[in-house]
Amino acid sequence: MLNDVTFGQYYPTKSFVHSMDPRAKLVLTIAYIVAIFLADNFFGLAAVILFLALAVIFSRVPFGSVLRSVKMILFIIVFTAILNLFFYTAGEELHVLWQWKIIVISWEAIINMVFLALRLFLLVMGTSVLTLTTTPVALTDGIESLLTPLKWIRFPVHELALIMSIALRFIPTLVDETNRIVSAQKARGADFETGGLIRRAKAMIPVLVPLLVSAFRRAEDLGDAMDARCYSGSKGRTKYKKLKFTWRDALGVLLLAGLITGIVFLNLYFGGKFAILNYFFSA
Amino acid sequence: MQIDAKGLTYIYNPKSPFASTALSGVDLSIAEGEFFGIIGHTGSGKSTFVQHLNALLKASGGSLRIGEYDLTDKKCKFLELRSKVGMVFQYPEYQLFAETVEKDVAFGIKNFSKEKTEDEIREAVKEALETVGLDWNAVKDASPFELSGGQKRRVAIAGVIVTKPEILILDEPAAGLDPLGKKELMELLHSIHGGWCKTIIIVSHDMDEIAENCTRAAVFSGGRVVMEGKPSEIFLRADALLEMGLDIPVTAKCARILKQDGFSLDTDFTCDDFVAKVLSLCGKGGAEHAQ
Repeated sequence: MLNDVTFGQYYPTKSFVHSMDPRAKLVLTIAYIVAIFLADNFFGLAAVILFLALAVIFSRVPFGSVLRSVKMILFIIVFTAILNLFFYTAGEELHVLWQWKIIVISWEAIINMVFLALRLFLLVMGTSVLTLTTTPVALTDGIESLLTPLKWIRFPVHELALIMSIALRFIPTLVDETNRIVSAQKARGADFETGGLIRRAKAMIPVLVPLLVSAFRRAEDLGDAMDARCYSGSKGRTKYKKLKFTWRDALGVLLLAGLITGIVFLNLYFGGKFAILNYFFSA
Repeated sequence: MQIDAKGLTYIYNPKSPFASTALSGVDLSIAEGEFFGIIGHTGSGKSTFVQHLNALLKASGGSLRIGEYDLTDKKCKFLELRSKVGMVFQYPEYQLFAETVEKDVAFGIKNFSKEKTEDEIREAVKEALETVGLDWNAVKDASPFELSGGQKRRVAIAGVIVTKPEILILDEPAAGLDPLGKKELMELLHSIHGGWCKTIIIVSHDMDEIAENCTRAAVFSGGRVVMEGKPSEIFLRADALLEMGLDIPVTAKCARILKQDGFSLDTDFTCDDFVAKVLSLCGKGGAEHAQ
């Protein structure tokens, strides 16, 4: 029943991208998102696509797995694209193709729609390269390290990271537990598949109560085990696996810096996304 | 009802990097009336196999029939089947959820027999609780969470046997119980075996439990059945079992040592039989010594 909830879609393999520092990957992902929104014309987006293609190739994750992440938000993309197509009115001069009451389809709207959909695609695919190549634990380690400056304002960075990694660590355990309880209740004739919304919600009670009880039991056990090993928060705590920047990270940063510079130049040189229309309609 | 599995295969997470074959061609028949033991270490596929018997997992390949039910057929009446094949999971006390013991035990029968009246259900629940050795008046209104560990397990078992399944499957039923609790549990199983419950299947690590209780057993390894037969036959091949990383009963261990010293025992590896055979051997040896 819950087999498709593979949280943290980590794809286990060895590659250039996999062995990059999680901090570098996080920063690069953020910069990549900036690059997507910085790009003002299709040439800029083409550069972003090139960068993404390089990242996917060097991550050795099958292209299908990267695409699968888009499937989840495909509805949102299609929905916003359609709204944009029919109701785009920004800008003074529209090259109108077709009009019916308030619905206007113009060349600008079509360009805007394609642009927006492309941006969303690139956004989701880029971030999923991060989650496909980085284990959730490495990711929280990276976040903790990046948030270290916040310790100056007494923000509990270490504790927050610990909470996150415990939560991530227990998701598979609790999914297993849920599957086991669902099976046990099914064996007693529980029916989760038929009936209306309310009946189905009610049918979940025999699963949720034992799950909650077991989550509390596990939390208590874990707390005891941590106490027994003298855990006392971040004070004086050292790391077993230290994060290290390597030449790979330097190369990634260089490439992305190049990408952003390139995009800025392309923006200046070719102008906005509608500039292409001037070329067609002025002729 | 007879259980027939032929070439049963099951793959977890098929078509993903995490795909793993849990069963690769299991052929096993369990006749009505058996007290069947399933042995195997963690990951051998034994738990996966028993979950098929209850249609909780659907086979990736092969065939599985239980009585008149064909479990590989999508049109099979699974609810009806589940009321006839009871399944007690490992640590069944972790599935308790209702406010009172009575409501929890009634859960199964309410799901399976919707036409039953409140009185009939109450009667069935009372009988199930008494079968597992709990005092009806003392526990019926108690919260299942305030009972002791052993009592919780009894309530959970009552919640499965309340529908009087013809086949009862128990996954590690004695895990985590103290020796007395284990003994009482096995006595309970023997007391219902042969009545409305025709076949009992237990999955276990505990070889003494298998040797003591089962009429027949199968050893799982790597998703296959590698040995099958009476416990007395299986435990004769102690070396093969040890090689697989499995344990053997205490009686078999003693018999092995005796064999190394040149005494061969013709025992079925139950405690009583073993002691009797050893005593008779001692008698013989002693008599020879006296001459």
